[in-house]
Amino acid sequence: MSISAPKSGESSVTRFLARMDWRSNVIYVAFILVFILFAITLGDSGFLSTNNLLNIVRQTATISVMAVAMTFVIANAEIDLSVGSVAGLASVITAITVTNFGLIPGVLAGLASGAAIGAVNGALVAWLRVPSFLVTLGMLGLAAGLAQWITGSAPQPITDSTYVQIFGGGNLGPIPGLLVWTALAVATGWVVMNRTSYGRRVLATGGNPTAAAYTGIRTARIKFSVLLTSGIVAALAGMLYAGRLESGRFQWGQGDELTVIAAVILGGTSLFGGRGAIIGTLFGSLFMGLVNNGLILAGLDVAQQQVIRGAIIIAAVALSRKK
Amino acid sequence: MTQHAATSQPVPTVRMRNVVKSFGPVQVLKSVDLDIYAGEVHALAGENGAGKSTLMKILQGVYPITSGSIEVDGHETIIRSANDAEDAGIGMVFQEFSLIPSMTVAQNISLNRERRSRLGLIDDRAAILEATRIFDDLGVSLDPKSNVGGLGTAYWQLVEIAKALSRNAKVLVMDEPTASLARHEVENLFSLIERLKARGIAIVYISHRMDEIRRIADRITVLRDGRVVLSDVLGDLTPPQIIEAIIGRRLASDLVYRDRGHDADAPIVLSATGIASEHVLESVDMTVRAGEIVGLAGLMGSGRTEFARVLYGMDKATRGELRIDGEVVTFSNPRAAQRAGMALIPEDRREQGLVLDHSVSDNLVLPVIDTLRVGPLVSPKKARGLTQQLIREYSVKADDPNAPIRLLSGGNQQKVVVAKWINRAPRVLVMDEPTAGVDIGTKTEILELVREYATAGNSVVFISSELPELLAVSDRIVILRAGRTYREIKRAEVESEEQLQLIIQGVAA
Ligand SMILES: Nc1ncnc2c1ncn2[C@@H]1O[C@H](COP(=O)(O)OP(=O)(O)OP(=O)(O)O)[C@@H](O)[C@H]1O
Ligand SMILES: [Mg+2]
Repeated sequence: MSISAPKSGESSVTRFLARMDWRSNVIYVAFILVFILFAITLGDSGFLSTNNLLNIVRQTATISVMAVAMTFVIANAEIDLSVGSVAGLASVITAITVTNFGLIPGVLAGLASGAAIGAVNGALVAWLRVPSFLVTLGMLGLAAGLAQWITGSAPQPITDSTYVQIFGGGNLGPIPGLLVWTALAVATGWVVMNRTSYGRRVLATGGNPTAAAYTGIRTARIKFSVLLTSGIVAALAGMLYAGRLESGRFQWGQGDELTVIAAVILGGTSLFGGRGAIIGTLFGSLFMGLVNNGLILAGLDVAQQQVIRGAIIIAAVALSRKK
Repeated sequence: MTQHAATSQPVPTVRMRNVVKSFGPVQVLKSVDLDIYAGEVHALAGENGAGKSTLMKILQGVYPITSGSIEVDGHETIIRSANDAEDAGIGMVFQEFSLIPSMTVAQNISLNRERRSRLGLIDDRAAILEATRIFDDLGVSLDPKSNVGGLGTAYWQLVEIAKALSRNAKVLVMDEPTASLARHEVENLFSLIERLKARGIAIVYISHRMDEIRRIADRITVLRDGRVVLSDVLGDLTPPQIIEAIIGRRLASDLVYRDRGHDADAPIVLSATGIASEHVLESVDMTVRAGEIVGLAGLMGSGRTEFARVLYGMDKATRGELRIDGEVVTFSNPRAAQRAGMALIPEDRREQGLVLDHSVSDNLVLPVIDTLRVGPLVSPKKARGLTQQLIREYSVKADDPNAPIRLLSGGNQQKVVVAKWINRAPRVLVMDEPTAGVDIGTKTEILELVREYATAGNSVVFISSELPELLAVSDRIVILRAGRTYREIKRAEVESEEQLQLIIQGVAA
């Protein structure tokens, strides 16, 4: 049971490598390597221009925001596959309500739609103990269908300029609003995860639910709250889509769930629960955005991009095997 | 027990009265009374499945009570949740440990009642200070910042004890705390218990080891089939009295060695020479003959379990040679080892020996599932037949063979592990602490099974930290130290348990 000290024969390098937590740092290494790779090969295509770099941040903002909430879900040993569809649904509900009833009702309606779906997900998982994979898989279809249905598949333009300014279209001084949203989400997520007892309870429930329950943590409530939040945050992401693209559409966010989950896993959060790395998640999202951007600049078509993204997701899951 | 003049009796810290517990139609506890006093170690003994853990889980708020009452310090207290138990001052050190492996020691101790700064954020430094203070009080050195997942079992217990103390526990329940501890760790735990007693903390101590109970307990309560059959001050009782209360009859065979008259020149079945492994093993030599039981002794960390894993193809030998019937073999995986006639009963049954969510029956038939086929399909009838036979032969206490095995009591789970492997009839059976958590009646039964199995011409490698049982079955004892074979002794040459203990510790030669 004694924790064996490193043998004297080993070099300090092997010792360092053995001690370095490869799993939780792999994302930073990958990010830097890919960044350098693109900087060299795609420098001429404008990869390094400020505009392009800000674009990467802008385009990944919705992913980053959802990924922060997803980090809590996965750290809790659950999964939420419905985030992309919820974003789409929230974008159309917000767009319709803003147009018909004004800014504030629109924002509230958007968030409410996410809260409603998150609450249903959470209740089914926490109290009826349906696996979150199944619940949210069903919800993925349900929310997407609902969004398409209420709009008759038609885009819902947003003309309210205040809304567009706040939710992703505008800037705060020289800083793009979407960057601000990302920073807000990451900062909040980091503090909650690392510095509040709520974050501890999430990690404890994910790390060993029995132990958490014996310690007096109401694990069902924690599970519920995590999925509820994920729904609300997904709705917020949908509203950011709506602001950036000045319309609500059922397609917004479609397929994002996989990118979001890949970002979280790449970032070092354990798929088995108990560990949640918010900063890693941010870099995971940025990495996904970086890859997207690079592939487009390199002139790959949509099909080829999909293949490469798929490969990255598989690599992410393979890496997550080793806790 | 009759209650004497109430005036001289102090108020018990915990008083359980007429406690009944049913799981569905099965009544596990049938009106149990238990008084626990401050500053005493109260042993709770009884066969596997007698209801010891269940009784304590009721006190801990894990299971709701079916009927009956609980008083804490003379006040009727309703305990419906872990929080209620904590408020009442009851702490538990679980039989199946319950910490969050991904968190640090300090985080585990303060879990769910973290100190907060004015901003409402967690103050991790306060948690570390508190943990340090508790460990200092207990005279234990352990870094509160280390990750629990990387610590050994003994430290997990310390953390659990510290966690309970930080919640002001007046009563500590320890459910088989020594089951996976090495000898010197047991000593540390006992001196810790003495210090806790001195601080007025009451300790409920569940154990199957009579020597431990006699050493540290002040009082004992024995449960059988969910009823109290004995509750008294320990000093007034003799070991046979206690054992008889536990198993309801006199012990058939004692823990004494019987020369089975095996052939000391029988052919060597398994031989290992100079085995080294990546981590612990340096050079292990061992031979096992047909019909022989070889005991493998050594301190924790001496490499017994690691050696067993190599024998079973779970770890690779980096050096050395394994032979079966004189032929060199290499096992790249357990499947290859199995085909060569090896079997391993692993040390940690929950991790390695059982599929906890599968039924008792599924677990029992798994190793021989191929023999139960009719055409390509597994015959349910054959499976049922085999299950019933094994449950009977090994007296597994399972009300429903189709219920998940995690609902069985700890000792009964262990019986299932033993049963399923012996039934597979390997030529060489390696057993790593096979009687951990098994009650004394069953232990003698398991030892008898091992003897019979060897007498039938099979070979057994028997690993145990409990010297009495090691001495009771082994024909020869191989002692490991720091990954090497240190000595080999014929059973007949061992004069006493103490002598063997000294050799294992390297004090005597
Ligand atoms: N959750 C449950 N559902 C159904 N039956 C249970 C449950 N928990 C325990 N039992 C049954 O209750 C009986 C008592 O179990 P318990 O774990 O209290 O025994 P124990 O005295 O602690 O035994 P051991 O010494 O083997 O640990 C067993 O027959 C067990 O199968
Ligand atoms: Mg028990």
